[in-house]
Formats: sequence, structure tokens, C-alpha cells
Amino acid sequence: MIYSEQKPWEEIASYLSEDESLFVLGCGGCAAASGSGGEEQVEELTRKLTHEGWTVTGSKVIDFLCNKGLVGIRLARISDKIESADSILGACCGIGIQAVGKIVDNQVHPANDTVSMGHFHGAWPSEETCERCGECLLEYTGGLCPLTVCTKGLLNGACGGSDEGECEVEPGRPCGWDLIYNRLKDIDRLDLLTTYNDPKPREKYEKEPEMDQRHSLFWAIEAEEVEESE
Amino acid sequence: MSNFQERILESEPVITCEAGPPKGTDIDDLLEELDEIAEFVNAFNVTDQQSSVMRVGSLAVSHRIEKLGHETVYQLTCRDRNRIALQSDLLSANVLGIKNVLALTGDYTTLGDHPHAKPVFDLDSPQLLAAIRDLNQGKDIGGNELEGATELFPGAAVNPGADPVEPQVHKAKMKADLGAKFFQSQAVYDPPLFKDFMEKLRKAGVEVPVLVGILPLKSAGMARFMNENIAGAYVPTEVIEELESSSNTVKKSLEICSRVIDKTGEFCEGLHLMPMGWEEHVPEILEMSGQALSGRDRENR
Repeated sequence: MIYSEQKPWEEIASYLSEDESLFVLGCGGCAAASGSGGEEQVEELTRKLTHEGWTVTGSKVIDFLCNKGLVGIRLARISDKIESADSILGACCGIGIQAVGKIVDNQVHPANDTVSMGHFHGAWPSEETCERCGECLLEYTGGLCPLTVCTKGLLNGACGGSDEGECEVEPGRPCGWDLIYNRLKDIDRLDLLTTYNDPKPREKYEKEPEMDQRHSLFWAIEAEEVEESE
Repeated sequence: MSNFQERILESEPVITCEAGPPKGTDIDDLLEELDEIAEFVNAFNVTDQQSSVMRVGSLAVSHRIEKLGHETVYQLTCRDRNRIALQSDLLSANVLGIKNVLALTGDYTTLGDHPHAKPVFDLDSPQLLAAIRDLNQGKDIGGNELEGATELFPGAAVNPGADPVEPQVHKAKMKADLGAKFFQSQAVYDPPLFKDFMEKLRKAGVEVPVLVGILPLKSAGMARFMNENIAGAYVPTEVIEELESSSNTVKKSLEICSRVIDKTGEFCEGLHLMPMGWEEHVPEILEMSGQALSGRDRENR
């Protein structure tokens, strides 16, 4: 399973300064098992947001936000609440944020950092990939990961080697930063392009979860499901 | 302060010329060629394993050129070195008396002659500029104190031909904010496009001097090859046709260069020449476009 941790509240709050209303999404899969995106955490985030003056138009925990096919159907049922919010706060791993970003037109802010993948790349593995860098940047790049979508993994914009939106490395491969630029334009957040991102702290890559979490890792999802069915 | 730096800081016209280290240890021919045209340029810009082809290093060649009494711009890419090696090489450059550095991302590894190599890209070009800023302030990027700070003069690249160009403008602004003192552009063949880029750059509040990239086309075939294979290069079809229909390719090619220089001169602060083996024609290009340094400037170099 994919282990993720909630970002510090100050960091999450700093992402939301442009928005007045939010929809909060949790993931009943790995994030619930990690203790970073289940019912409890979504309720807590909703309470904090409301307390700090944001309007929460609704919240929902969906099993496996990475499962694009099903998530689309589930979100369609609550589209009015999602569309009435300025943006979405996603308490899930990086793949979940990217998958939801593909489905909705709003900006999707990451509430979590993805720490470890456990050889699992989501329930609908396609273009969404996560480097489990432990310091999620999806906030600044429109929900497209610069580490994986850009061949060179550049964090601060295109290298200048692309040609008509095509990466210099191979014909047909889109320039990742071109995709990021277009997405930011679509969600009207080109201002985010001016954000300077520091070099990545490599020691955080694929960091092992704490011992108490590791103990439950493999069984957590099953245990939750068994509990629910009882 | 060096002549190059002084001219950049005072926005006086600057001419740099690219020097491509060879693949091997025989660098005497290169040094000789550069020595012959040194009086026409303010600095030689030494490439770092250009197009990802393994060659003798830009640090060693910059040092040898400096020893001949000519100023250099030492190019450093993020492709082959992690943050430890990059910072160490910057300290080494400073120790060798090299002060001007061009911070580049670098072409991808698969474009060169070692396609199986592991690409590094631990830092990107803005982060490399931030590292130079830190080293100049006596600290490494981890905040550790240095015994002796660097005195480096950083520059960076811009691509006026990028489509869309807006992300390039944002990135140039970021590079300027991180301390880039000069920009050199990719090869330009379309002056109105360059003018438009410069206007966007200035409108974004970027006042850093820009050296327009000038690369003589040796043939129509080379232009087509560049369009297909060289990252960030674009030669318009009209220019290729112009070359093709000319009976004297060399003359036509130099004419094209001089025309671009004439038409871009008022929008930028200097030239970055990339002769790619046509070093002998550098004086001619400058002469034709009226850009040859005056005698007084030569004395001041």
C-alpha cells in the first residue's frame, strides 16, 4: 500500500489563501490506513477549515481515489457540491491528487506527502505516477508531478529543449512543463509558475514508515474492510 | 572586476564566442583558433559536454584559455553532476581564477554519444543559480559555512523561440531574481520573434542584459538537421530556402547572421556567437554587421 502523511496545517492553509470555499476529499484506501485521509481526518480537516473561516461545501471519503474509472462515477453524483467550491482539498497520496485532477476542472490541493509506495502504483495505474519524494509539490504544478511528467524531473519550469510542446528526448512525448503550464492556465493559476522550488531532500525519498505504522501496513486495508462489513 | 563583468553591469555591448572543447586531449588547435580571434570578443564561452557528447571538460579548457590571457564564461550543466559535484566544481573554478559561470540544465543524456548513461539532474538551472548565490555569500546550499566564499558572476540561458514563450519569460524572471547577471539566448534567425520575446521580458520586469545567440548555418542541410535534432533550435523555412537558392553558401550564411545582428541590436545588450568550427569567419560577421570592437575597446579588454 501507499503510505502518506498529512502535511503541516500551516502549509495546507497557505495553499488555500486564494479560495473561500472548499470540498474535502478523503481516500478510504491507503490514506485511511495511513491515518492521513480516512473519515476521521476528513472530519478533522473540515472542522479546522470551518473554524478558520473557509466554507466547506461538502466532503466525501471514496475508496481508492487512484481508481479513476470509479472515482469519476462517484464524483459525478456530487458534482454540484464540487462545482460550487472554489477548489478541492485532497487527503490522499500523490496519485490520488493527480487522478482527481484529471476528472474535475477545479484545482486539487494536496493535503498529504507521499512517503512510501510499497510497490503499489494505484488501482488504475496509467499516466499518474508518484516518486514518493515525501514533499509533495502538486500544489504548485496544477496536480501534475514535475518529477515524473518532465523527463529531467525539473522543479522550476521547462528546460527550453522542447519543440512545439514535444520533449527533446523522444518524438511524441509531451513536454511535461508544457502540460503543467496548460493545466495552470486552465485553472487560472499561472501565478504559481513564479514559485521557486528548492532542491529535493533526497533523504525523504521512499522513507520507511514509523515502526507502529509498518506493523499494520499490509493488513490495514483488509482490517478496515473486515471491520466495516461486520 | 573583469572587463566582461564591467560591461555587463553597465549595459555596454558585449560579444562572447562559444568555444567547444574537443573529444579528446588535443586542445592545442582549439586554443590557437581562439587566440586568433580573441581581439574581437570580450569572452569565450566554454561548453560543458555539448549535446551530451563526452568531451574534455569545460573547467580545464576555461582554465587554459584564461592562461592565454582571455576571459571565459565557464558553462556548467546539471546533467552529469549531483549537488555535491556541482558546488565543488564551482569552488574549483573560483580557485582557478574563473569567475563567469553560465548555469544550464543540460541536454538529456540520450541525445549524445553515451545514451546509456544515468542522467543526474539533481538540481535544475534555477537551483544551480541559487547555489552560486549561496556560495558567493560564503555558504553551501545546506547552509554550511565555507572557508572562503566564491566571487562568481552567474549567467543563464533563455530560449526566445519557445512556443508557448510565456513559461520561458516566467523562468527568466525567476533566474534574474536568483541572481543571473546576464542571459544568452539560443540561436536566433527570426528578429521579430526575438523582439517580441524581449518586450515580454522587459514587461515582466526583467532588466538583465541579454546576448542574442548567433549561429552561422553552414548549409541548408545543417539547418534542417538542427530543426530535427538540436534541442531548442529552430530555423524558419524562409531562411533555409534563402540558403538553398544561393550560389555562395558561406557568403549568404554570414549575411543572414549580420542581418539578424542588425535587426536585434536595439533590443538587446550584445551578441553570443556560436561559430561551430567557423571561428575564422567571426571577424567577418562582426565587420559586416558593424559590431567589431573599436580599437579603444580592444585596449580596455
